Amino acid sequence: MVAEAQRAWDAAAAVPDPEVPCVNVAELGILRDVRLEDGVAVAKVSPTYSGCPAVLAIELAIEAALHDAGFDARIERVLTPPWTTDWITPEGREKLRAYGIAPPEDGGGKATLFGAPEVTCPRCGSRETERLSEFGSTACKAQYRCLSCLEPFDYFKCI
Amino acid sequence: MAVYQAILELADDHLVLGHRISEWCGHAPMLEEDLAMPNMALDLIGSARTLYDHAGKLEGKGQSEDDLAYLRGEREYRNCLLVERPNEDFAHTMLRSLYFAAFMRPFWLKTLEMGTDETVRGVAGKAEKEMAYHIRHAGEWVIRLGDGTEESAARMRDAVAALHIYTDELFESSPAAAEAEAGGVLPVRAEMRAAWDEVIGQVFAEALLEVPEVPYPQTGGRHGLHGEGLGHMLAEMQSVYRAHPGATW
Repeated sequence: MVAEAQRAWDAAAAVPDPEVPCVNVAELGILRDVRLEDGVAVAKVSPTYSGCPAVLAIELAIEAALHDAGFDARIERVLTPPWTTDWITPEGREKLRAYGIAPPEDGGGKATLFGAPEVTCPRCGSRETERLSEFGSTACKAQYRCLSCLEPFDYFKCI
Repeated sequence: MAVYQAILELADDHLVLGHRISEWCGHAPMLEEDLAMPNMALDLIGSARTLYDHAGKLEGKGQSEDDLAYLRGEREYRNCLLVERPNEDFAHTMLRSLYFAAFMRPFWLKTLEMGTDETVRGVAGKAEKEMAYHIRHAGEWVIRLGDGTEESAARMRDAVAALHIYTDELFESSPAAAEAEAGGVLPVRAEMRAAWDEVIGQVFAEALLEVPEVPYPQTGGRHGLHGEGLGHMLAEMQSVYRAHPGATW
């Protein structure tokens, strides 16, 4: 039984994020729990941003992955406690960096009202970077540019 | 029933402002803003969805989030007047967002502190962080335009003259909201005044703008009395759902 629950977790956890496919839903911290209830695999999923359009796609992909592994599946959306970038695992952070996305600086939720955080360039490691736009190609990212290697890059915003 | 109505008011504020901001998509003056606008709209519409869903369940008559958003007419919408004001130019759009986010951030923070409704607290936990981004983004624009060229400063002053009269309504509680406040579900709206004044004062000082006196504040949205623009906006927003009731894809 424990082995089955682990197998369900592994199947759900292997689902990649549709917009940031270098990390899976477990590394991103949005897959909160998978447990077996009367033979049904129940996966708890937390959305990243309120209006993240990927939420439904992620839920469907997890459900499909559980079906493929031979489980009847149900998804529960969990709003509290709210997801924070602090839940991205160390492996997830490293994969984001390798993919060219600067991982969130530590201390989500401590964002001050004015002034931008110091962000490290994922390519050359320089701290000399500037923000181009608070909002990027997806709700969870901002646009930055490295002043040392001049490479533009995405920054995974801290929330 | 009062809590249902109070949450509906909140949801309407978020959907109407979210839809207004989304009208910039494809029209913003530069690519960064064309990305920023739908991002901010999505934050608001995302909060609205959860609030509508929750309101429908509290009411218990089987109304879905879509039913509540798409099948109520203008007089049934309970949003405050500020959020339905037309986009006009960037000065109006950014000032409107600043006014709203500067109210919602302390409102959600207080909800997290004292609120008794788990779903509303769930919305609050995400939204207070998103509202901090909105304050910063809109605030930076207000400063840039207010302390900018002669033309941009004049437009910013026009926006203040046009929109400040709608801000008092943010701090008013309808009878339904007052009941939800007494029940500990939502914080007392009037108590957000100090936090709002501080943010607006700080931004206006940097933007070289004056906070105007408002002898005759404009209100009525909580009673379904709206400006002409809301009906036009809803007609467009609701047309597909009304033409194809119950359609899914």
